[in-house]
Amino acid sequence: MSDEFKSGSKLEKVLKSGQFAVTGECGPPRGADAEVIRKKCSLLKDKADAFNITDNQTAVVRMSSISSAVIMMQQGMEPVMQMVCRDRNRIAIQSDILGGAALGIKNMLCLSGDHQKFGDHPQAKNVFDLDSIQLINTVKMMRDEGKFLSGEEIKGAPKLFIGAAANPFADPFEIRAPRLAKKVAAGVDFVQTQCIFNIKKFEEWMKQVVDMGLHEKVYILGGVTPFKSFGMARYMANNVPGMDVPDELLQRMKNTPKEKQAEEGITIAVETIKQLQATKGISGVHIMAIEWEEKVGEIAEKAGLLPRPNV
Amino acid sequence: MVIGERKPFDEIMKMLEGVKKIAVMGCGGCVTVCLTGGHDEVRVLSSQLRMARDKEGNPIEIIEKTLERQCDPEYVEQAEGTASEVEAILSMACGAGVQFMAERYKDLPIYPALNTTFVGGSKKEGYYVERCQTCGECKLYFTGGICPIARCSKSLLNGPCGGSTNGKCEIDPDIDCAWQLILDRLKSLNQMDRYSSMMPINDWRTNRDGGPRKMIREDFQR
Amino acid sequence: MSDFEPIVVAFCCHYCAYGAADLAGSMRLEYPTNLRIIRLPCTGKITPVFLLRAFEKGADGVYVAGCLEGDCHFIQGNLVAKPRVNYTKKLIQEVGLEPERLEMFNMSAAMGPRFAEVAREFVQRIKELGPSPLNKNYHIQSDAA
Repeated sequence: MSDEFKSGSKLEKVLKSGQFAVTGECGPPRGADAEVIRKKCSLLKDKADAFNITDNQTAVVRMSSISSAVIMMQQGMEPVMQMVCRDRNRIAIQSDILGGAALGIKNMLCLSGDHQKFGDHPQAKNVFDLDSIQLINTVKMMRDEGKFLSGEEIKGAPKLFIGAAANPFADPFEIRAPRLAKKVAAGVDFVQTQCIFNIKKFEEWMKQVVDMGLHEKVYILGGVTPFKSFGMARYMANNVPGMDVPDELLQRMKNTPKEKQAEEGITIAVETIKQLQATKGISGVHIMAIEWEEKVGEIAEKAGLLPRPNV
Repeated sequence: MVIGERKPFDEIMKMLEGVKKIAVMGCGGCVTVCLTGGHDEVRVLSSQLRMARDKEGNPIEIIEKTLERQCDPEYVEQAEGTASEVEAILSMACGAGVQFMAERYKDLPIYPALNTTFVGGSKKEGYYVERCQTCGECKLYFTGGICPIARCSKSLLNGPCGGSTNGKCEIDPDIDCAWQLILDRLKSLNQMDRYSSMMPINDWRTNRDGGPRKMIREDFQR
Repeated sequence: MSDFEPIVVAFCCHYCAYGAADLAGSMRLEYPTNLRIIRLPCTGKITPVFLLRAFEKGADGVYVAGCLEGDCHFIQGNLVAKPRVNYTKKLIQEVGLEPERLEMFNMSAAMGPRFAEVAREFVQRIKELGPSPLNKNYHIQSDAA
């Protein structure tokens, strides 16, 4: 990794300085009220280095990730603009990349996107003109070569720190590390992993990643989600595709009295972060407190990750 | 072959409101093979229509006929006699056949009795599955003979996505994850290197996105 | 509708139900005269077209009687017939006829009493349903290719 910054985002600087990075997540509202985002921002501010702004997550219509990201920047925070391939073709994607960069967005996360079947508009036509790996490659080409996919020159290339997701737990397991290698080859700068509950399996994946030397080419942030309750843990174990929640964790949540379950969920999250810090090749943590933003600070605090460095 | 599925009976009845004499026109091509628009299905649908209309006290006269194929002017021509006798033709061909009929019989309404669903084949008798999306640029060489465009729910060229669980697609546990199938095949063919290289961004011009397509055999042109 | 005498078409397999009908006759068992028996070489010969045509021509009820499952002379003809009968139930329902007007029964050639019982019960069922709305003569011009 060279000395020059790719986008100069805070996230990039923290990672590059070798400090353990923290990212959070902020879901835009299902309406045009900017106040909702500002409120969420006030809960999250200074609790992490940057915050993902989801892009119509689970294919449910929400305020666009670009505009939500801008509102977040107005609060003095750094967004990671997510972009999915489900809703835009290459024309719209490149246009939104230029627009986002022009508005000051410096981090972008490239995703395929949840299938619209899960969302509120299952009747929609999906696009998938590109897939996530091709999207990574597109952003890199725009940034580093200053060219559109057509090969034509961009006047004022977008400077973005390119992210992607990695799911170490989905099937088939044996290609999960090679798939990360593909994303690295496509030009990704950092990845955030799926929520880690099965630490054993995660470490198995990380070992492959380290053996392939991928951790030296990409910053890996482990995904952590606190359980609010046993019910949520059970739901994630049974209903969310590609999620791996081991039985012992479910039992641990189940055996905790109801009023203490939220606290236990946070304790588990903090333990996971500690384990991640000790895992070779991990550069940070991505805390996804789904509709529970107020707890991100508490988790980061308990894991000894606050205050965030000034870079 | 092209797979079709018969439209709901009520929808067909609505299309035929006010019509007294029709031809139900089968097609001897793909829809005969997939058991939705051939000779037998013409007889079944005609019988149903006659019964339903008779029950309403509003009988309908039906000529039952099946052409060799409806997507070929040579055979479409053979419906001429029938066409001159009826107020409308209910075509049991795929969407292509319906349109060839409509192009030939300009003054006659041609109604579709089927929904044309996909290009596929029979897994077993009476059970049809999609296999091709006619993208116009076959990639099966790279993907172990399994098409990610037709069979991955997101048409990912560098899959699988994170939703693949136990070899099944996240959108439906009955659907195989195309990328699981591809990887299994590549492994058994010792071609895993084809997975490691990035499949480039697709050129969709050969797909329908480039506008309606045609294919011309020059040596047949005069 | 007390004087309603339904027309019931019974498609009977040569190897079982048809023999059972013979046996019922030799045993002098009584069964309704409403039946119009059509002999099939095997119920595997039945198609939705046959069944629909019977209704179209005005039958009030139709049933298919084949061998006991596992005993088909042609190994699995009766297993072919079963889903076809169920499928045709849906087809007549679309038209507006009660699916109960169509049924499949299984019996062996030795079951003369069962044959008579099925006939009695089914005719009774149709009597309760009343005449089919299509029970009248109907002229069809057909030019089946």
